[in-house]
Amino acid sequence: MANPSDRLYTKSHEWVQLAGGEATVGITQYAQEQLGDIVFVELPAAGKQVTAGGVLGNIESVKAVSEFLAPVGGEVIAANGELEGHPELVNQDPYGKGWLVRLKAAGAPAGLMDAAAYEKFLAEESH
Amino acid sequence: MSDKTSLRQREGLIFERSSPGRVGYQLPPLEVPPADPAKTIPAGLLRGEIADLPEVSEVDVVRHFTRLSKWNYSVDEGLYPLGSCTMKYNPRINEEVVRLAGLAQLHPLQPEDQVQGALALMWELEQALIAVTGMARVTLQPAAGAHGELTGMLMIRKALADRGEKRTVVLIPDSAHGTNPASAVFAGFEVVEIASTPEGTLDLGAVGKRLEGGDVAALMVTVPNTLGVFEPEIVKAARMLHERGAFLYMDGANLNAFVGIAQPGKMAVDALHINLHKTFSTPHGGGGPGAGPVAVSDALVPYLCVPTVENAGGRFTLSYDRPKSIGKVRGFYGNFGMLVRALAYIRSLGRDGLRLMAEGAVLNANYIRKGLEADYHLQYTGPSLHEVVFDDSLQAAAGVKNVDIAKRLLDYGFHPPTMSFPLIVHGALMIEPTESDGIDELDAFIAAMRAIAREARETPDLVKGAPYGTPVRRLDEVRAARQPVLRWQARKA
Amino acid sequence: MHRYLAGEDDRRRMLAAVGCSSVEDLFVSIPAEVRCGELPLATARSEEEVRREFWELAGRNIAPECTASFLGAGVYRHVTPAVADALLQRGEFFTAYTPYQPEVSQGTLQAIFEFQTFICQLTGMEVANASLYDGATGVVEAVLMAHRLLPDRPRVVAAGSLHPDYRAVLDTYCAPQGLSVVTVPADATGRVDAAAFAKAVGSEACAVVLQSPNSFGVIEDLPALGAIVKSAGAMAIHAVAEATSLGILAPGGAFGYDVVCGEAQAFGIPAAFGGPHLGFFATRQAHLRQLPGRLVGETVDSEGTRGYVLTLSTREQHIRRAKATSNICTNHGLMALAATIVLSLLGKKGVREVALASHATAEYLKAGIRAQGAGGKVKLAFPEAPTYNEFLVLHDDPDGLLACMKEELILGGVSTTRFGAGLPRGFLVAATEHNTRQECDRLLDALRRLA
Repeated sequence: MANPSDRLYTKSHEWVQLAGGEATVGITQYAQEQLGDIVFVELPAAGKQVTAGGVLGNIESVKAVSEFLAPVGGEVIAANGELEGHPELVNQDPYGKGWLVRLKAAGAPAGLMDAAAYEKFLAEESH
Repeated sequence: MSDKTSLRQREGLIFERSSPGRVGYQLPPLEVPPADPAKTIPAGLLRGEIADLPEVSEVDVVRHFTRLSKWNYSVDEGLYPLGSCTMKYNPRINEEVVRLAGLAQLHPLQPEDQVQGALALMWELEQALIAVTGMARVTLQPAAGAHGELTGMLMIRKALADRGEKRTVVLIPDSAHGTNPASAVFAGFEVVEIASTPEGTLDLGAVGKRLEGGDVAALMVTVPNTLGVFEPEIVKAARMLHERGAFLYMDGANLNAFVGIAQPGKMAVDALHINLHKTFSTPHGGGGPGAGPVAVSDALVPYLCVPTVENAGGRFTLSYDRPKSIGKVRGFYGNFGMLVRALAYIRSLGRDGLRLMAEGAVLNANYIRKGLEADYHLQYTGPSLHEVVFDDSLQAAAGVKNVDIAKRLLDYGFHPPTMSFPLIVHGALMIEPTESDGIDELDAFIAAMRAIAREARETPDLVKGAPYGTPVRRLDEVRAARQPVLRWQARKA
Repeated sequence: MHRYLAGEDDRRRMLAAVGCSSVEDLFVSIPAEVRCGELPLATARSEEEVRREFWELAGRNIAPECTASFLGAGVYRHVTPAVADALLQRGEFFTAYTPYQPEVSQGTLQAIFEFQTFICQLTGMEVANASLYDGATGVVEAVLMAHRLLPDRPRVVAAGSLHPDYRAVLDTYCAPQGLSVVTVPADATGRVDAAAFAKAVGSEACAVVLQSPNSFGVIEDLPALGAIVKSAGAMAIHAVAEATSLGILAPGGAFGYDVVCGEAQAFGIPAAFGGPHLGFFATRQAHLRQLPGRLVGETVDSEGTRGYVLTLSTREQHIRRAKATSNICTNHGLMALAATIVLSLLGKKGVREVALASHATAEYLKAGIRAQGAGGKVKLAFPEAPTYNEFLVLHDDPDGLLACMKEELILGGVSTTRFGAGLPRGFLVAATEHNTRQECDRLLDALRRLA
């Protein structure tokens, strides 16, 4: 699965897609591979304020827990309710049905990578 | 190797054995007048029969649990090389003495003059643990190692408050067992993780740097560390901490490596917990109970849990006279049943036996290290004491992970080593054989591990598909977490 | 050598294999400054010598076996089937480790799954864990869970009729968390003062702990009190010290409580001078991720066979570390197995019969004490209050009276002087199906004569 070019990426393997002041956030293909089978996603409540790089929630596999961070600061509008019954959506479709959180972005994203830069970053990381 | 034609039965849940009208007990006849609860207790507070409790006969119960027992591996069966768990033999004399009516039936609230033997026993155990550790006093109250960690950290917290100091930080190496940070947090501290050196030991420089902040209450450290390597600079660390007014807490999980050889008291440790279910042979019971007494230095004696057992010329008392005590961390005085077993063990081994125990543990671990070092990768190559941590990196090339090796080892009739710990070794296989095992058992284990290493090279899929000979094959842990079913429920009619 | 260790020849061959001339070579990494000499302990003892020492120690105690015993206050003596210990002594159960490798631990895992089921059935709750240390720490874990769920409420309300040890341990754990514990005393009937209760709960409490039957043996009005707690938005915790009471008394689970927790020692666990006993913890499905302790879940293996595994482990310390729901690792698994065996033997009829018999025996004693009338020097502290199998008797010298009765091989009860100031002077009398009518009559007769 290639990383879609219609969004930006963080060094902590989240993606963010911006549209009209709203940011949709998820984790990347690489991240879900590393986590293995996801069993639970702890999502933030609507109204929660986050800064860029702040903890949005937690993703659990059988033997590990990982935080996922906000690529941009803002206020949580919605979280993906589908994941409660179907956390595997994050494994199966991390860029689509496996989205995590929608934020009202507080500002423009900074220090993020496009798909090509993220792919390069991944290649370097694995060395 | 695997035997699928054994007499192992398929056995359902006890609730599935239930048949209306079966009884598994008989009470003596009621000789007092029966009393209708509704006569004295408001109806709204009463309940009727609990519909889904099972109805089974005594024979059902015996068959059920006997069959269940046959699905378990246990220390009685063979080597249990779980690193950090010290799975040694659980002597049966301990089980005999703990069941003496004069010990087993004692009620904790009987007046002291009725329980002098029990109090004497607790006092004797405290003295024995003082002898082993070289510390000043021991509280026998904590029910487990983690409970002991919490107790020790609470004492440190109280000592600091007593000095009028508020220090919120506890330093913990990244190789530590997860209970260490969890206990520190429950004791009201904030945890700062210290990365280990490239040799896997404590980074004294990092500790020193962090001490400069003045907010460090304590360092929690395991000795030998979770790689089985003695912390070479432990005395220096203690000095650094004490100079800065901080405390040194030792996780005593690995005490089996040096009983009779070294003492925490000489390392200037302020508090350590002792896992009686590790070093002192009390049985693991499928998850517990254990006991985690905490030995302390003079500095922390005022803060010990109450009550302590005091000995006034052979007359024993439970003393609550400790104004600075942290109070109680559990009901009554301790897991007395485990204390009895531990004292019996210490008596059975004696001073020479305890030293031979530690020597045997360390020799056995080194023998295994020698036997496996050609086939398995050793990330940290410092001298091993009672445990050795290999990893799966040589096998990973064929896609065989530590989990696969562990599952294949089940087919060879052994319980696997500890995995996924310590966190500083990826794909860890932490092996602790204990002194209980003779060379034949160790040779069999080494042969099995070497055979698996060969299989990993030649037929990796065989290893990846293991186990084949166990009562169940690999279980779907993902499903268990995604769709938790945590109890049996009667099917609705 | 020693019978628990390998032999001389094993040692010699292993030393040769590792290239050491002596065992001392293996310890070069341990610096001289931390070495010790010979430990100041006796030399190894034979089994017979160990037996003699422990017989002697046991002999210096008065075992309730030899007496008519009415001791309770958190530890209860019930009739225990012979089969229970016989099964517990199977090495496959008691020498096994925590079931982290489920393929070779199905015995332990399935038994715990059954234990979790029994606890849910007894408490009326949806999910139960695999055990905690004891009733006191069970209450603590419930309160800490409540605080995690309601982090902006720093107050805990505890009934004054909570077992004094449970309360002491609660205070120890709450202090470092910045939680203040407020006490609501019992009223003149031995129950929680409802008006004072409502006031104390207010709107700042995260957790409210009610014990029923309480430490005076009195049964609380759980539904009414629970309603007050729920309307204040706090977590209602029903603590149980005598688990057999659940055979006839409705548990918190029937009244919307958030947690039912406490001590299950009464189901066949020896008194053992205070431990190991058996903490239990049950709560609602909604709080599953905040639950402390181990959990066993059902699943299938690669061939579709039903099996059991430890699950939802990300809550626990070995994964979550500083953010774990509890620091507990080793629990009281073998005691949970013991209770599971006993509950299986008792079953639907037995759980009820034990409770009815215990209640009836206590009622017989109460009637006997009442019958002694105004002339008797002992009287029931709360004559009108409903009780299960334990009640408080007032007397101005409980220790002296109990000592006299002990001379007649009657352990008449637990003096409240054991629990410090603040409790009415007297002693708690507990009765179970273990007490015969003859024992009860001896107690009543002794009270008549000696009080």
